[in-house]
Amino acid sequence: MLTKIFTITSAVGMHARPAATLVALAGGFKSEITMRYQDKTVSLKSILGVMTLGAGMGEKVEVMVSGDDQEEAMQRLTVFFEQELQDL
Amino acid sequence: MIKGIPAGRGFGIGAAVLYYETEDFCRFAGTRITEAEIETELNRYGEAVEVAFKRLEGVKAKADQVLGAKEALMFEAYKMVLHDPLFQEMVETNIKVQLLSTEAAVLEAVAKIQALFLALDNEYMKQRAEDVENVGGNLLEALSGVARPDLSCLDRDVILIAKDLTPADTVSLDRVHIKGFAIEKGGVTSHTAIVARNLEIPAVVGCGEQLRDIAVGQTVILDGIAGTVLINPDGALLAAYQEKQRRYTSQVQELKQLKSEPAVTRDGVQVELVGNIAQPQDALRVIENGGSGIGLFRTEFLFLDGAQLPTEEEQFQAYRQVAGMMGGRPCIIRTLDVGGDKQPKNIAIPEETNPFLGYRAIRICLNEPVIFKTQLRAILRASAFGNLRIMFPMITGLEELRAAKQMLAEVRQELADQAIPFDPELKTGIMIETPAAAMIADLLAREADFFSIGANDLCQYTLAVDRLNEKVSYLYQPLHPGVLRLIRRVIDAGHQAGIKVGMCGEMAASPESALILLGLGLDEFSMNPAAIPYVKQAIRTVTFQAAAAIANHVMTLSDPDLILAYLKEQCDVD
Repeated sequence: MLTKIFTITSAVGMHARPAATLVALAGGFKSEITMRYQDKTVSLKSILGVMTLGAGMGEKVEVMVSGDDQEEAMQRLTVFFEQELQDL
Repeated sequence: MIKGIPAGRGFGIGAAVLYYETEDFCRFAGTRITEAEIETELNRYGEAVEVAFKRLEGVKAKADQVLGAKEALMFEAYKMVLHDPLFQEMVETNIKVQLLSTEAAVLEAVAKIQALFLALDNEYMKQRAEDVENVGGNLLEALSGVARPDLSCLDRDVILIAKDLTPADTVSLDRVHIKGFAIEKGGVTSHTAIVARNLEIPAVVGCGEQLRDIAVGQTVILDGIAGTVLINPDGALLAAYQEKQRRYTSQVQELKQLKSEPAVTRDGVQVELVGNIAQPQDALRVIENGGSGIGLFRTEFLFLDGAQLPTEEEQFQAYRQVAGMMGGRPCIIRTLDVGGDKQPKNIAIPEETNPFLGYRAIRICLNEPVIFKTQLRAILRASAFGNLRIMFPMITGLEELRAAKQMLAEVRQELADQAIPFDPELKTGIMIETPAAAMIADLLAREADFFSIGANDLCQYTLAVDRLNEKVSYLYQPLHPGVLRLIRRVIDAGHQAGIKVGMCGEMAASPESALILLGLGLDEFSMNPAAIPYVKQAIRTVTFQAAAAIANHVMTLSDPDLILAYLKEQCDVD
């Protein structure tokens, strides 16, 4: 299992647009991917889970990836959080 | 007359079209089924999901064309909600275990998820609860087999009256004939308000159930600026609003032309019109409104939201984002200005009897070097990505300025030692907000790269008035000769020392006072982005010569009311 901590950089937090992009992204991998904010953990297969997590701009989340393609998945997720998210 | 919340500027006149649900979905809540019917209901649910999904695909395709790919992503999100495993599980459990009909199962799941959204601490996210309701609505519509009235093709000018408009509804609106909407529900960040702004259609939201008194076909006037809805106006009122509508439309057109025009007087004197922003995304509004930069980037949003202090990385990302958005346009970042009315949870500020005269802004920063240096590091790092400048708030003396600059120098050295890039030419200026600073502006000008007059605070401190105190707020007058004299002093001192002087405060945003500020020699006017086109127009209409003459005359007057009257008169003349 791989884990990494990211900061939410999109202006209004994990709202509909970034959540949709993230869930679409996560859906493309075989690995089980979850995200934790404070004491709540959700599966990245659920857009509602991601949105109701309540992670706002500047907040930290921990992403956990576990499966055959976990390296690839974590790499792609890193690009999403560190580069793409701020523009969404 | 019905009063609501203005959500889209402008005026609309048309015949009322009522867009209410033909079915009242609430009556389904609590319909029970038997165990034998579970299979059927689950199938109904599965089919309804696919029908709703297909419909959303059609809507999204249209949205891609009408609203653009980025906005249309919203519908992608809706599609995902429809297929969301969490949602599906909730509905299926309701059917299988609670023995609810599909409609009731959906309603209950929607209600539960809405509650989750409403529990979030963020206004924007709270209003996303209505997005979930919309998806529920799509499903119920699919289950009921009822088709919605067609708003995409109308034959006369209408004002749309509705309980609420879903994103799907707004995508297919006939923009030629729909002159405005009046909505029962919603707030300023609700979907309808956002769409109204994007499509530039006048709108009033939050009107409440009074809208149901309007009959189909009645003439309705929508005032998106005042936030009112007028029903069945008489001839005179109608004519008055038609005139308002005409003037507003031509004004908007005119102002649009100004976007890429410089703020230059008729006799060739140019000033900078820039924006005040409180969060990164506001930078776009500055550019849209034709601002040539950012005169005040308030950084408190990073400190006021969470329980923890923002990290250097979080701050760096925010500053860098704005630097990028602004391209090469200058952006002045103000260091932390909390205290007084802005209380962060993560910095120790004692209870004070006089918070505006107390521990705040630069005083906190100089006393909390770790916090201050973290911010300075983040700003310096971001300076490598754009045209940034730093500004210290609330400076009252040379010692403070020197202490702040010393810390900045230390941070610069640290970054240089770590080979982290930053702009070596980064300009450092100060806000002039107190009478003391204004009186020693000549001394401060030698050690600052620029001034920005914080007109609101300068006015309060100079007149010793709390503008929020109703008993004395009548005394708060930016055009008071005492305030004007200090402003002139600051501008002159700055120019004598060869530095530029700007202002960020409401005074800079009003065309009347902009006239006198222009005449006094102010170099930069920083304001809420929406005000930029108006001030630009005022500046382009006058000559600097005339403005200087007006300023000289005003400086001889002693009554603020007379000064304002005189300025208004001068504005109309031009």
